[in-house]
Amino acid sequence: MSARRDAPSLAGRGAAGTSGAISSGETAPVVPTPPRAATHVGLFDQQTNLREDDAGTVTTLASPADGGIAPSGVSPQAMARGAMPPGAGLVLPKAMPRGAKSPAAGSDKVVRAIGIAALAGVAATVWLGLWVTPNAVNFGNLVRLLYIHPPLAWVMFIAYGMATLSSLLYLWPRTRHRRFDHLAGSSAEVGVVFTGLTLVTGSIWGRPTWGVWWTWDPLLTTTALLFVLYLGYLALRRVPGDRETVAKRAAIAGLIAFLDVPIVFFSVSWWRSLHQAPTVDLANGHLYVHGSMAWTLLLGFVSFTLVYVWLLVHRYRLAVLRDREDDEGLEAALAERWAEGTP
Amino acid sequence: MWRDAALVCGKDLRIEARSRVGLNQVVPFAAAVLLLFGLALGPDRRALEPAASGLFWIAVLLTVVLAVQRSFAVEAADSARDGLRLSGLDPAGIFLGKGAAIVAQLLVLEALLTAGVALLYGAQLTGGLVLLAACVSASIGLAAVGVIYGAVSSGVRVKETLLPLLFLPVAAPVLLGATKAWNAALAGTPAHAGIWLSLLAIFAFLYVAVGIAAFGPLLEDS
Repeated sequence: MSARRDAPSLAGRGAAGTSGAISSGETAPVVPTPPRAATHVGLFDQQTNLREDDAGTVTTLASPADGGIAPSGVSPQAMARGAMPPGAGLVLPKAMPRGAKSPAAGSDKVVRAIGIAALAGVAATVWLGLWVTPNAVNFGNLVRLLYIHPPLAWVMFIAYGMATLSSLLYLWPRTRHRRFDHLAGSSAEVGVVFTGLTLVTGSIWGRPTWGVWWTWDPLLTTTALLFVLYLGYLALRRVPGDRETVAKRAAIAGLIAFLDVPIVFFSVSWWRSLHQAPTVDLANGHLYVHGSMAWTLLLGFVSFTLVYVWLLVHRYRLAVLRDREDDEGLEAALAERWAEGTP
Repeated sequence: MWRDAALVCGKDLRIEARSRVGLNQVVPFAAAVLLLFGLALGPDRRALEPAASGLFWIAVLLTVVLAVQRSFAVEAADSARDGLRLSGLDPAGIFLGKGAAIVAQLLVLEALLTAGVALLYGAQLTGGLVLLAACVSASIGLAAVGVIYGAVSSGVRVKETLLPLLFLPVAAPVLLGATKAWNAALAGTPAHAGIWLSLLAIFAFLYVAVGIAAFGPLLEDS
């Protein structure tokens, strides 16, 4: 797969010039990584004992480097050969001890590979869905929407599942750690985006098949309420205030929102069943897929899951950085003012 | 726990009895909502009567928001919350007490609103037992969720806008269940209300349990 092959060559990190952005797969243990890169410990984690390089990290960790942009002045091919960007050698010796310990290079490479694989997967899904697969017997061209709609809904479920699990872990005193709060918020935010996309694609599907943009089907109604519920959850997370307090309250609100989902679903199901049969049995679905269509749908599931993971990792890192900005921003500003005062 | 609940409930009800905020503001608000629904759908009684139960429960839902806000505004003033935390009362007891006080106020309000619905929308009040059961179980569920979210959104600057956004979507099953139970009762087929009454009971039980478990952590750092 081209994505995997390209990943090492794009492993150069961050803005140019500050450091040695040379960490191709084989040389990573030997060639030191820059201080900034050392912030990534696992896929999600960042070391908390960072020092003087904070201002730089805030802008670069979630930077275009993860999207595959090589440091200026060095082509990806040159980097794959181990060439250094201009000025890299000047900084390297200082960074040596920490860079040598950190598995950061590997985790960043994995994230980048996921991003590239997600992009390639979505592109392939679009290509297969629009050009390669045949029309469905019952739905004609409309079936092409179904290569993305169920995967979007699937991602919505895993995103909310992850948010709920993280909320539980945060509430449990033994596993209480800020990282679970960040994870819950990040996952819920990605989930809300995918809920919106699920609703929009479902609505586009509904108009030609059922003749209406909206119907009070249990799944649709539950999804719409989920959307509003988690918008409220995100609003609660944005409330200014003590971080621990907001995190604990958000975790409880997240659990309540999740508890509400099955109740809403069953109540709406009863509500509809007392009046009329659901317009389309979405749960069992009378749509049979096979051959290239099944493969396209499967690819859709895989690639949208990868998109979720990629978005989640980046949103999580952003949350951690924002947290640290809160922690250290005031200290930095104070230090700056003190420095101004001394001649 | 129960003794603490009775104490807190008594305190809240006494405050209401003396300040008369509920009587002077919340009840007139509910009456205004009923009148406005009439303007929006009326004056044809054939349109109003079938919608009566839905309008009734929407009015209740809106007033629950006010009641919960009031219940926590009482604690916010004069740092009464700190006093409550220092008092050593069981958090679960505080939750149950505040919830019980809201349930008591809601039941009075629902009785007044029922009269309003019968009067203004011409609803025939049949199946009184089902109506009452729906009122009681729905009020318990609404009060439980309301008190949890009241605590979640208390002490923050945007609580006035945050509480309705958090509370109303979660209360959707109660609106659905209570409206359907009332519809069944008013249509003279109270037997159809069983499933909805059980839904209301499950909702109430679930969120009372969540509140008992979660109120301690919520209170300790608010």
